[in-house]
Amino acid sequence: MSIFGFIYQYMDNFAFLILAAIGLAVIFGMMGIINLAHGEFIMLGAYITTLATMAGIPLFISIALSALLVGIYGFIIDRLIISKLYGRTLDSVVATWGISMIMAQGMLIIFGPSIQGVGTPLGSLSIGGENYSVYRILLFVIAIAVLGVIYWVFMHTKFGLQSRATMQSQEIARSLGVNTNKVYSLTFMLGAAFAGLTGGLYAPTMAVSPSFGNSFLMQSFVTVIVGGSNPLIGTFLSGGVLGFVNSALNMIWGTFYGRLGLLIVAIIVIRLIPLGFSGLVEKKLMRGRDA
Amino acid sequence: MLKVQGLQSGYDKVIVVRDLNIEVQEGEIVSIIGRNGIGKSTFVKTLMGLIPSTNGEITFKEKNITKLKAYERAWFGIGYVPQGHGTFPTLTVEENLLMGGSINKDRKNNDLNLVYEYFPKLKDRRKQKAGTLSGGEQAALAVSRALVGNPDLLVLDEPTEGIQPNLVSHISDIVRQINKDIGITVLFVEQHIGLIQQMSQRCYAMDKGQVVGEIVGDDIKDYSVLKQYLAV
Repeated sequence: MSIFGFIYQYMDNFAFLILAAIGLAVIFGMMGIINLAHGEFIMLGAYITTLATMAGIPLFISIALSALLVGIYGFIIDRLIISKLYGRTLDSVVATWGISMIMAQGMLIIFGPSIQGVGTPLGSLSIGGENYSVYRILLFVIAIAVLGVIYWVFMHTKFGLQSRATMQSQEIARSLGVNTNKVYSLTFMLGAAFAGLTGGLYAPTMAVSPSFGNSFLMQSFVTVIVGGSNPLIGTFLSGGVLGFVNSALNMIWGTFYGRLGLLIVAIIVIRLIPLGFSGLVEKKLMRGRDA
Repeated sequence: MLKVQGLQSGYDKVIVVRDLNIEVQEGEIVSIIGRNGIGKSTFVKTLMGLIPSTNGEITFKEKNITKLKAYERAWFGIGYVPQGHGTFPTLTVEENLLMGGSINKDRKNNDLNLVYEYFPKLKDRRKQKAGTLSGGEQAALAVSRALVGNPDLLVLDEPTEGIQPNLVSHISDIVRQINKDIGITVLFVEQHIGLIQQMSQRCYAMDKGQVVGEIVGDDIKDYSVLKQYLAV
C-alpha cells in the first residue's frame, strides 16, 4: 500500500470513528446518559436519507433532512422518556436499550429486512494507479467540520456555556437562572441530530437495514470510552489515536486485527487513564495553571 | 421584600425546616445564625427552590414564589452564593461570571467591569480556570457571579467557609459596600461571630429548623447574646 493509500485509510477510519461517536459523546459527556439506542438513531438517519433520495430529493439535502428529523425525534424521546430519568444512569441504559429494540423491530415490520440503497456519489480519484473514493475524502472533511461545529457550539455560545456549567453542577446552574431541563433536552436533540447526520452520510456507502446501526456501535463506544467525557477533546484525540491504530493494523494484518486493536487500546486506556484522554488533558491543564 | 411564613421542608420524610417565619425589608442586611445541622442551609436551599417546600409560603417582591422553580426564582431577582462557593472549576473566571448573567430578567446588566471594580484580582485572572483559584478568590468569584446578574436580593450561604481570616473581613467590607452603593438587600447564613457582628443589621437565630429568636440593635455586638445561639 502506498503512503497516500495509508493516509486515505487513516482519513477514512478517523472520519468513521468521529462521526460514529460524536452523537454518543455529546449525550454521554454533557448529560451522563449512555444512549444504547445510538445505533438505531444512526439507522433512522440512514433510512430518512435513503427514502428521501429515492423520493427525488437531492442526496445532500436528504442528509441534512435526516440530521434535522432525527434531532426532532431525539427531542421528543427526551421529553417523553429520558427527561424522567435524568441522574438515573442505569435506568436510562435500560430505557434506551428498550427504545433501540422498538426502533429496530419497528423498521423491520415497516420496511422489511432491507431497502434499496442509493449509490455512492462523487466518483473516484486516481492517484499512483489506485482509485480513491472522493465521497470518503469528503467524509473526512465533514468529520473535521463537525468537530469545528461542536467547538463553536460549546465554547462560543450561551447554550454551550450553560451546558458545560450544567454538566459540572446542575444545582448551581439552576440557582443561576438556567433551565437545566431545557439544556438537557437540547443537548439530547443535538446528539441525536449528529447520529442522524452520521446515518445519512453513511447511507450511500452501506446496505441500509434495521441492523445498520450495529456497524457503528462498537467503534462509537470504544471511541467515547477512550476519549472520556469531553465530547470535543476526547472524541478528537480518541479518533486520532484509534484511527491510526486501526489503519496500521488493518494495513499489516487485515480488518479483524484492526478492530481487535481498537478493543486492546480501549482496555489499556481504561486501565491506565480511567477518565480517558480528555480527563488526562483537563487534569494537566488544571495542574499547569495551578503551578 | 422577602416574607417567609410557616415554611416546612426536608429530605424524603425527614422534616428539617419547620414553621419558619422571617421577613427581610428592602436594603437590609439580615443574617440567619445557629449551630451546625439545625437546618440553615436547608432553609436557604428551600428559599432558592432547590429543595421543595412541603408547607408554608414564600413571598418575594409582593409575589408568591413558593411554586416557582429554582431558575425562575433567579430570573425574579434572587442571586445565590452557595455553601462552599460553588464555582464551576473547569470554566474560566470570566465564564463563571457570565453564568451569573441569567439572574434577574428585569434588570439585566451583565457588566463584568462593575464586579472587576470590587474584585480587581478577578480581572487579572479572568482567563484562568476557577478550580485553580485560592479559597478566598473562589469566594470572591461566587459573590461576583451573583452580582453580575444585578439581583434585588443576594442570598449567601456561609460565604466565608474555608477562607483565611484576613479575607473574611475583605468579603464582609465588599458586601456592605455593595449594599450601600447599589442598594442590594442581603440575607446571609453564617456561624462566624466576627462576620455576623460586622455585617448584620438584624439577626434571626435558628434552632431545630425554626426561628427561635430575633437579635436587633446593640445586642448584635454583644458576644454573650450571639454565643447562646452558636457552638463556640
